[in-house]
Amino acid sequence: MKKVILSAFAAATIALGNVAVTGPAEAASGVKPPAQEWSWTGPFGTFDRASLRRGLQVYSEVCSGCHSLNLVAYRALGEVGFSEDEIKAFAAEFEVTDGPDEEGEMFEREARPADMFVSPFANDNAARASNNGALPPDLSLMTKARFNGPDYVHALLTGYEEEAPEGVMLMDGMSYNHYFAGNQIAMAPPIDDDSVEYADGTEASKDQIARDVVTFMAWAAEPELEERKRLGLKTMIFLLVLTGLLYALKRKIWSDQH
Amino acid sequence: MAFKFFENPVVKWVEYRMPVFSFLDHSLGSSYPTPKNLNYWWNFGSLAGMILVIMIVSGIVLAMNYTPHVDYAFESVERIMRDVNYGWLIRYIHMNGGSAFFICVYIHLFRGMYFGSYKEPRELLWIIGVFILLAMMATAFMGYVLPWGQMSFWGATVITNLFSAIPFVGDSIVTLLWGGFSVDNPTLNRFFSLHYLMPFVIVGLVVFHIWALHMHRSNNPLGIDVKGPEDMIPFHPYYTVKDLFGMGVFMLIFMFFVFYAPNFFGEPDNYIKANPLVTPPHIVPEWYFLPYYAILRAFTTDFFLYQIVSLGGFLMSAKLAGVLAMFASILLFLLLPWLDRSKVRSNRFRPINFWFFWIFFLDCLFLGYIGGKPAEGSFIIMGQIATTYYFAHIILIIPIVSILERPKPIPESISSAVTAAGH
Amino acid sequence: MSDTANPAAGISDEEEKSRRDFLIVATSVVGGLGTALAVWPFVHSMNPAKDTLALSTTEVDLSPIEEGQSITVTWQGKPVFVRNRTAAEIETARSVKAADLIDPETDEARVQKAEWLIMVGVCTHLGCIPLGQKAGEPKGDYDGWFCPCHGSHYDTSGRIRKGPAPLNLPIPAYEFLDDSIVKIG
Repeated sequence: MKKVILSAFAAATIALGNVAVTGPAEAASGVKPPAQEWSWTGPFGTFDRASLRRGLQVYSEVCSGCHSLNLVAYRALGEVGFSEDEIKAFAAEFEVTDGPDEEGEMFEREARPADMFVSPFANDNAARASNNGALPPDLSLMTKARFNGPDYVHALLTGYEEEAPEGVMLMDGMSYNHYFAGNQIAMAPPIDDDSVEYADGTEASKDQIARDVVTFMAWAAEPELEERKRLGLKTMIFLLVLTGLLYALKRKIWSDQH
Repeated sequence: MAFKFFENPVVKWVEYRMPVFSFLDHSLGSSYPTPKNLNYWWNFGSLAGMILVIMIVSGIVLAMNYTPHVDYAFESVERIMRDVNYGWLIRYIHMNGGSAFFICVYIHLFRGMYFGSYKEPRELLWIIGVFILLAMMATAFMGYVLPWGQMSFWGATVITNLFSAIPFVGDSIVTLLWGGFSVDNPTLNRFFSLHYLMPFVIVGLVVFHIWALHMHRSNNPLGIDVKGPEDMIPFHPYYTVKDLFGMGVFMLIFMFFVFYAPNFFGEPDNYIKANPLVTPPHIVPEWYFLPYYAILRAFTTDFFLYQIVSLGGFLMSAKLAGVLAMFASILLFLLLPWLDRSKVRSNRFRPINFWFFWIFFLDCLFLGYIGGKPAEGSFIIMGQIATTYYFAHIILIIPIVSILERPKPIPESISSAVTAAGH
Repeated sequence: MSDTANPAAGISDEEEKSRRDFLIVATSVVGGLGTALAVWPFVHSMNPAKDTLALSTTEVDLSPIEEGQSITVTWQGKPVFVRNRTAAEIETARSVKAADLIDPETDEARVQKAEWLIMVGVCTHLGCIPLGQKAGEPKGDYDGWFCPCHGSHYDTSGRIRKGPAPLNLPIPAYEFLDDSIVKIG
């Protein structure tokens, strides 16, 4: 009897979980992206620092022309091994509008570590106007905002076809992508082999570039991930000890009842 | 049993003026007699209480850093996740705590159904419980709107639009709920205000729930009344330690999700900021609302149940019928003590109802599954069948079975049953 | 129900009781410790967040401030008084013996450049903003600043001379980036 109930609840949990997780994805994307190995999955996962550094380079050289990263501050790079001077120098390459000054005028100044990543466009309408009417989405949360986010972004970046398959009419300015819902995507193929030259000398294959920028984006979306997993381990060990003690105490106290 | 605690002079001083300690002792201490045969399914009431406290504490701290404005809500939540010290932890506790709360309360509810805890003399206890569930649903719905993601916005739009089904005044009510002509800043502001208020309403209802519980005390797996002291043990230490152990196990599972799968119960779309001009391709509510969502969607004009209740479409629109059915699916629980005519509480002694209980349970799960699927093809038919069964179970099967069924022999007393079982 | 321990296991009542007591103490200690640790994230969340800590410097251009003038700038949400002191004010401030003061401190220790007095303009008594920045405001008995809330008098070096405040107006960390730009914080 107990077993029946337990397995029913187990089944219920799994069924509900599956519904919650897989529900929207099936409708949202055409083809399931192939599963990739990532350094940050699993209970002890961490972001591959070298890959993350290369990913920032890819974002800066390739993505940041169109895609903003509004929720990430330059200073946050300090948490994944960038030095204070590196961050200052990196931020100083960008200009932000500040003010008003004493004359009441807005002025431009170099970005500081405390500023958020500077957007390529002043606002959404400006972004649409420069991109054929399509709005390049902000990338701060991209890997969390898609089902199987990291796999999906990797698949999307490497999933372009030069020609649409026969029978598919592409609209003007659109490209064909296996993994994009509806297959017609306004983003032109952003990367190819050697479309960046890595500062650390890593061979810049298309797959490598996609992996690195996904690593960077995964960090941008979940900067707390490493701390979360570290604290999680301590919490679980503590709770195991406490629950074990409570179980022993429960048995001891109930021993006169059985 | 001499209790040294009550000889302490400070305790005595307080007791003389306000007997708070003996009140606690009589409520969940050594002076509160409890049936000795409660199983682990009886842990979920105290677990739900624990989660309510966790939700209130984490919610108060979150509110200190949250900004209820359409331009800043999404960003302020991300600031909590990124910049506020341990903000990610507190937010993930609150986010997953909502799911944990519903898991506990649903198990608690099905436990009450299985063991007949709603029957005389505990009808009012059960009814207050149903109101707690309704208050929780309102709280959870409004809380989900606060991060102002795509699912927040479109969930709010769809659910508030339910009220437009009310004849004549529906549209005015929806405008009133919104404080405008669509879900917008005034809506977000009032949802924040009410989301902060509702937990304290729930606390009040819980006080009444426990008050009613203490009148006739806990039901038990045998569903028979306690006959005397030999059937009972004091709540403390027996059930305090058992509840604490249950809390430890539950925290292990809960914290696993918080630390290792914090977005398991969530929707990726809610990490996209609300956009009033673009609806996500597939809107789903949180998992705990899926069965009701399936019932809501089952009512199409060609659904035979709709044809019956609306007298062939004459009485009301399918939209209104769906909304009414959705609310009825919970409100009918209020009548359960009277729909079930059987004097036997526990399903252990009800051979036929036992099977119908489990079919109903699976039907609820199935409705949840359907609620998460797009409303197309065979899912519509399956949802309609499951919806029909849901109402048939409550309105027809429960009363009929309770009248016709011949229960198994019931033990004399709790202690005799325990002895017979070889303990 | 029986009060004796399981005799088959050969455990006496005494042993049984002490084992039970030990378990109660151990569980309470571990549980209490865990609860205390669990409180910390909630308390710490009320400390300044990372973005707040990152915005902790302000740059001020001193060139428009003439001798005998003061300006007030905001740093970390607090007013900072920046005064271009006259020779007479410096003279008065330096003629006082530090040992005689309520909060003994020399004027030299409070400034990097004698004419520029830069200090946090928050009364050390209970946090009001002292008067004396604008012409015409009361400057108190020592011609510096005067806090109207509870009557504290500060001198031309911002030191407390009379009234309930216990300490001199605090000097923030600052550095001159060049002759006329100072970075506070």
